[in-house]
Order: sequence, then structure tokens, then C-alpha cells
Amino acid sequence: MPEIKELVKGLADKHGRGRESLIPILQGIIAEERYISDAAMSEVAVELDMSAALVYGTATFYSFLDTEPRGKYVIRICKTITCDMKGKKQIVKTLEDLLKIKVGETTKDNKFTLLETNCLGWCHKGPAMLINSIPYDTLDVNKVTEIIMDYIRK
Amino acid sequence: MKNVKRVDIIFGAYTQEKYKVLEQALKKSSDQIISEVIESGLKGRGGAGFPTGLKWKYTAQEKELVKYVVCNADEGEPGTFKDREILTRVPRKVFSGMAMCGKAIGAKKGYLYLRGEYLYMLPELMEELELFHNSVKEFNFDFKIEIAMGSGAYICGEESALFESIEGKRGEPRNKPPYPTVSGVFGKPTVINNVETFVNTMMIMRLGVDEFKKLGTSDSRGSKLFSVSGDTPIAGIYEIELGMSLQDFVDEFGDGDTKAVQVGGASGFCVPRKKFKDTIIGFEGVPTGGSMMLFNSSRSMYNVLKNYVEFFEEESCGQCTPCRVGCQQLKKGIEAVKKGEKSAAYLVTLQKLADTMKISSKCGLGQSVANSFSSIVDNFKEEMIY
Ligand SMILES: Cc1cc2nc3c(=O)[nH]c(=O)nc-3n(C[C@H](O)[C@H](O)[C@H](O)COP(=O)(O)O)c2cc1C
Ligand code: SF4
Repeated sequence: MPEIKELVKGLADKHGRGRESLIPILQGIIAEERYISDAAMSEVAVELDMSAALVYGTATFYSFLDTEPRGKYVIRICKTITCDMKGKKQIVKTLEDLLKIKVGETTKDNKFTLLETNCLGWCHKGPAMLINSIPYDTLDVNKVTEIIMDYIRK
Repeated sequence: MKNVKRVDIIFGAYTQEKYKVLEQALKKSSDQIISEVIESGLKGRGGAGFPTGLKWKYTAQEKELVKYVVCNADEGEPGTFKDREILTRVPRKVFSGMAMCGKAIGAKKGYLYLRGEYLYMLPELMEELELFHNSVKEFNFDFKIEIAMGSGAYICGEESALFESIEGKRGEPRNKPPYPTVSGVFGKPTVINNVETFVNTMMIMRLGVDEFKKLGTSDSRGSKLFSVSGDTPIAGIYEIELGMSLQDFVDEFGDGDTKAVQVGGASGFCVPRKKFKDTIIGFEGVPTGGSMMLFNSSRSMYNVLKNYVEFFEEESCGQCTPCRVGCQQLKKGIEAVKKGEKSAAYLVTLQKLADTMKISSKCGLGQSVANSFSSIVDNFKEEMIY
């Protein structure tokens, strides 16, 4: 895949080719592709002159460095107790109904992936979620519906 | 009389001239800075409460040419959100504290390790960072800060795991000793402090040691940011002098029906209503990185405990057996008791397991699971069973 090669090379030029550049490069791939494919991992291994196993071992440690295909918009809902107490289950149900997928799944058009995550740091304004890197807080059914409709139209 | 003493220093306005407090601090000698921080009695705000001045002193004593300053902005403890607020509202104070630490210990480079969940903050932080770099250049002080992003792993808040992560590795905690003051990031002597701790060191410079020491109690100097959430009408971030009783806290923040407060997040302690009066919040009582979750009588403490245990099970790095397997077994165990597949006596077995994890786990994650586990099971046994 020539595009991946270009992307990885560009990221390595930017961040360097040492071991300490590995995570910034993997994060750069996520920012563009939303997940790190096997091909991307092999490419990183070649570019940084390290074993693919090392790249794989590092990537799979971090929950935001997804190694499975993800949609263009990755939604992560906070499942910590404080968000749960403020109605997180209702938000999950709303999202599942809107997107017609369950938590852990990706829509057929590859546009959305729905995931749960641990504390996002918005406990005083729960329930909260991230869409890619943008946080949304004080969610209710109306608000989350509006947000998702905006993304659907994008 | 109000027993909860609110103050407003941490988020106080910047000086008119940019980086003025830092400029003045940099005129002091390394020894002078360190002795002022020691004298202030400041203890780390990340949870463990190690005296900050001593940490700086030990690192300063190391005879390596290359040393580092690391700011821990991983803020993953459930119920904590104050570091995000600090970095949003007063990042200048954090960068200043890091630079002053650099002067004190002889480091030229600092890292701010920011959790992946806060990636959206990066553009604004980079803007302030540019201003910072220009200012220190004007002061003729050679110090650069780089921001390293996390990627969704609570364990990377543990200092040695955080170093591994900066080095581009899996965030697996190291054996201790050696401690960071001797061998931290890239194997070099390193001071690692919480975001709020660095801000506090600048407060000491700005207010002076004597004024700073007037805040709080002899064991817990200064003020502290509390992240208040759960069943409270006024959830948010509050700066309060340390040393109040939990009863005072609940009177101020509760909804009139508080049955328990989880102090210090999932790895902290659950305090039931009957112990509010006798519990002091601070290093002399129950310490906290600032996470305060309130639960009223409509809440199931079983759900709370299960949520915490699942959190630990997911976030355990899996490196050592007591923690990896222990978390799984604790979760299975409380589920089995709840369903009636195991008798209530099984809870005692689970508590023994948690105690074993406390003494045999490699790092603070596995060691602190017993805190919430035992305090919830002890105080709310009937809710675990029925
Ligand atoms: C599992 C675990 C997670 C931690 N997470 C954080 C964190 O998010 N932020 C933090 O400042 N300290 C955290 N710590 C404590 C750090 O290891 C370290 O003690 C702290 O950064 C030192 O700073 P201080 O002395 O200023 O408190 C964590 C510790 C453990 C064991
Ligand atoms: S106690 Fe848990 S988190 Fe810490 S090193 Fe062991 S397995 Fe990893």
C-alpha cells in the first residue's frame, strides 16, 4: 500500500526514527487512519529498523492505538461509575439505536465505531464521551442525538 | 462557622509581566530554591504525598550531566479532573514550576506527559509553550519542554510506567529501587511531579514560604484542589485548605442523603456515613489526589465496587500474576456471591486475596486494589450479598 508507506515515512521524518519516536508515529497513523493495520505496523518496523513484533507489542498495549478497523468517527463513552450514575446507559442505548450497532461495533459504511472507555475526566459533567479527540459532556438524549446527526451530515 | 476553608490561589490571575514569578525564582540559587520548597512542607499532589523538596534535593545530588523534569498529567484516577482544569486555565504556572525545578536540579529538558483523553488541549498548550520558550530564552536560562502524549492507559500514570511510555515502550512499571531520583526517564536522574505540585512550588515562590505555611495543617501544608462528583448538587473543582473532616466536606457538598464518600478514586478508600466525623482529609488521615465521589442512599455499593474492580481488571498491565489474576478473581468472586453461587463467607476469602495482592503486587495499581475492595466490603457487606 503506497499511501501507508508515504504516511509512515512522513511521520518518521517529522518525529525521528528512534525508539522514543514509535508512539508518536503510531499516534500519527491513528489520527489519519483511525487504526493501525498489519501493513502499517510492518511499514513502521521497516522505517524504524525494529522488529514488527516490537511494534505490535507496543501498539496493542495502549487502548487508543487501535489495531482493528475503526470507523471515521470513533465514539468512546465513559463507563466510570460517576458517568454511569448520571445516565450513561441511556446515552449508550440512544447511540446504539441511532447508529444501529452495538458497543464494540462499526457501522457498515465505516463511518462510526462505538466503544466504551474508562474515566475521561469529566465526572462533574457526566455523562461524557469522546468523538475522535473531541470531548462532549453533560449529555442527554436530545443533546447526543443532535451531535450524532451533525456527524452523520458531515 | 464554616469549617471548609475555600481559597483561590491556584487559579489566581497571572502576573502582569509574562513569567515574572519564574524570572525572579531563577535569580535564586539551586540550594535556595530547594531549601524553600523543603521548608514549605509541600507534599506531592499526585496521591502518594512524598515531600517535594526532598525529591528535588536527592535528584540535585546525583552527579549525572543529563537530568530530566517530568510533569505527570496522566490524570487517570476515576473521579479526578483537576489537572485538566489547571492545564486549561493556568498552564503558565505549570511550565514555570517545571523550569524552576530544572534550575534546582540541573536539568535542561522537561516532559509533560499528557493523557490521550486530553489530546484536544494540545493546540492551546503548544501556544503557551512557545511563549514559555521565548521567555526562558530572555532570562538566559536553557530549558526546553516537550509534550509527550499518552494513549489511553491508566497505568502510565505510575511514574516508572510513564517513563517507559515516553521511551516508546509498553507502559509496564519497573522494579524499584532504583527510584526516579537516581534512574528515571532514559535511565537518568529524574524529578517527576504531579501538575498541581508544580503549580504549588510557584505558589511558594509567589507568596513566600511563611504565607504558604499558613495554609492547611502541620501535616498537610497548603491548599488542595478537590474534584467533586457523584451525588452532589454542586459538582466541580474546588480549592480548599487541607485538614478538614469528611463531615465538614459532606455538609458543604452533599445532597443531604450522603451514605458514603469514595476518597481518592478507585484506588482510594470508601468512608461510610458513621465515620464521616472521625475522618480527616489530608496526609494525617485519608490522603487523596483530589477525587471525591459522593454516593447517596439510592446507590448500590455493589455496583460501585463492581465498577472499580472492572476498572482495575482492564487497566492492570498484566505483568505480575497477583494483580493480573487477582483482579479477575475478585470480579468473578463478587459476582458469584451476589448471584448466590457462593456463600457470604466467600467474601472473607476474597478479602484475603486482596490483602495478598497488597503485599505481592509489583506496583501501586495491584497494591491499592485492596483499599476500595476492603473498605466497601467491610462497610456494606449486606449490599454485596443481597
Ligand atoms: C496506578 C497508578 C496511577 C497513577 N496515576 C497518577 C496520575 O495520573 N497522576 C499523578 O500525578 N500521579 C499518578 N500516580 C503517582 C505517580 O506514580 C507519582 O507518585 C506522582 O506522579 C509523583 O508526583 P507528586 O509527588 O507530585 O505527587 C499513579 C500511581 C499509580 C501506582
Ligand atoms: S501490580 Fe498490576 S499494574 Fe502493577 S506491574 Fe503488576 S500487573 Fe502491572
